[in-house]
Amino acid sequence: MIRSIAGQTVHVNEEGFLTASEEWTREIAEEIAREEGIAELTPAHWKVIEWCRAHAVNGRSPTLRQITEGTGISTKEMFALFPKGPAKKVARIAGLGKPEGCV
Amino acid sequence: MKQLVILGAGTAGTMVANRLRRTLADDWRITLVDQSETHYYQPGFLFIPFGIYSQRDVVKPERDFVPPGVEFVVSPIELIEPERRRVRLSKDGRSLDYDFLVIATGTHIRPDQTPGLAEHEWRRSIFDFYTLEGAVALAKHLRIWKGGRLVVNVVDNPIKCPVAPLEFLMLADWFFRERGMRDRVELIYATPLSGAFTKPIAAKHLSNLLQEKEIQVVPDFMVERVDPDAKKLISYDEQEVAYDLLVSVPLNMGAEVIARSGLGDSLNYVAVDKHTFVSPKYPEIFALGDAAALPTSKAGSVAHFAVECFAENFVHYVEGLEMPHKFDGHANCFIESGFGKALLIDFNYDVEPLPGHYPLPGIGPLTLLKESEANHWGKLMFRWVYWHVLLKGRPLPLPALMSMAGKWQHN
Repeated sequence: MIRSIAGQTVHVNEEGFLTASEEWTREIAEEIAREEGIAELTPAHWKVIEWCRAHAVNGRSPTLRQITEGTGISTKEMFALFPKGPAKKVARIAGLGKPEGCV
Repeated sequence: MKQLVILGAGTAGTMVANRLRRTLADDWRITLVDQSETHYYQPGFLFIPFGIYSQRDVVKPERDFVPPGVEFVVSPIELIEPERRRVRLSKDGRSLDYDFLVIATGTHIRPDQTPGLAEHEWRRSIFDFYTLEGAVALAKHLRIWKGGRLVVNVVDNPIKCPVAPLEFLMLADWFFRERGMRDRVELIYATPLSGAFTKPIAAKHLSNLLQEKEIQVVPDFMVERVDPDAKKLISYDEQEVAYDLLVSVPLNMGAEVIARSGLGDSLNYVAVDKHTFVSPKYPEIFALGDAAALPTSKAGSVAHFAVECFAENFVHYVEGLEMPHKFDGHANCFIESGFGKALLIDFNYDVEPLPGHYPLPGIGPLTLLKESEANHWGKLMFRWVYWHVLLKGRPLPLPALMSMAGKWQHN
């Protein structure tokens, strides 16, 4: 599927995740974050988003456990930054696929 | 003399020993190591709390399944030393040199990883059904339980047999209806997932089924701790779920020896190639079954299909030839839904569970993603197949790789 986010035309799947992570921009991240109920992305949010983009494998975002271990941010803080399902939410904001942990 | 050492005599390890003893020449010595002399039919644990199976249905001596020509050593494993190609055992300070190593040490529940879980209420108001002791204790408790809020909680994924929590809830619905007390029992499923199951089409079918059975789902619930006195689960984002009886699926982790040996990821699973099971770091080490960090279900059927691919590949690999088969992540699971019925799902790395029919030679097609009595009988018959055919590595008329035959796709 194709949709427009932050003035850009991008490819997304049925759940609204970008399917081509190279189409991602910081403006797209900000707009998806707002859709996810996060009004503003703070430096703490960006730290997680950038870490996930750097550690994606085959376009898939890391799992929550990998994020907390890799960034030193606790699970509790992750839930405060990205409420409800943090790993899934970060994946969508970071323009990545859902983590492969859930099978 | 070439040496193959297999660590773990569960479903995967026992099958590997049987398959390879038949195909490898006599100049190969095969050693199988496990800390226990007992083999458990783990899919049967689910039925024990409801009195369908008892302990004797799920336990046999491992030696019954070790073929002649394989040495079976009962000992805890101290350390794997991949640089020296050696395994150190706890018993008698013995060590085993290997040319090739198969790690099949499985995955285990770790209630100690969640505060409040394995404390003074463990096996009083908090139970598990992933161990024989847990399932037996829960069976005793359910016989006298007067009703209330029964919460099934998955701490985190991945877990062994990801459909088992749903099966437990559907069997509980049946069990309490049969006993005429369903109106006094609330059934709740608190899961870290956003829905009943991981894959969208199956999640939709299964959540409809849960709704019909009046089983409530609490999604996106990631438990941080349990308050065993106030009897509630508390999540990382301070949501609370109260219970009278908690059936927990604790965090699953691979064996400690994997971590000690520096071979594991953060959950002690061994990184391997998802098509061939060979370690990217040590070309003489393979990991099979639940011990492997693979993006597919941790399930006996996966172990079975994986071992079929591995065993045929291995004889080529040791000759320096290319491995002919590429494993596709094939899983095939019966989902018991109570009242003598079950569903069947069949999927792999790329294809999610779809509705349709599953062709089974000699028996006929089974329905996919839909309840039927035939699926239930399939599930019960499987115990016999497991003991008599599967573990011994005898051929089953099931293809190792997934087939699209009979599956319905929308486009």
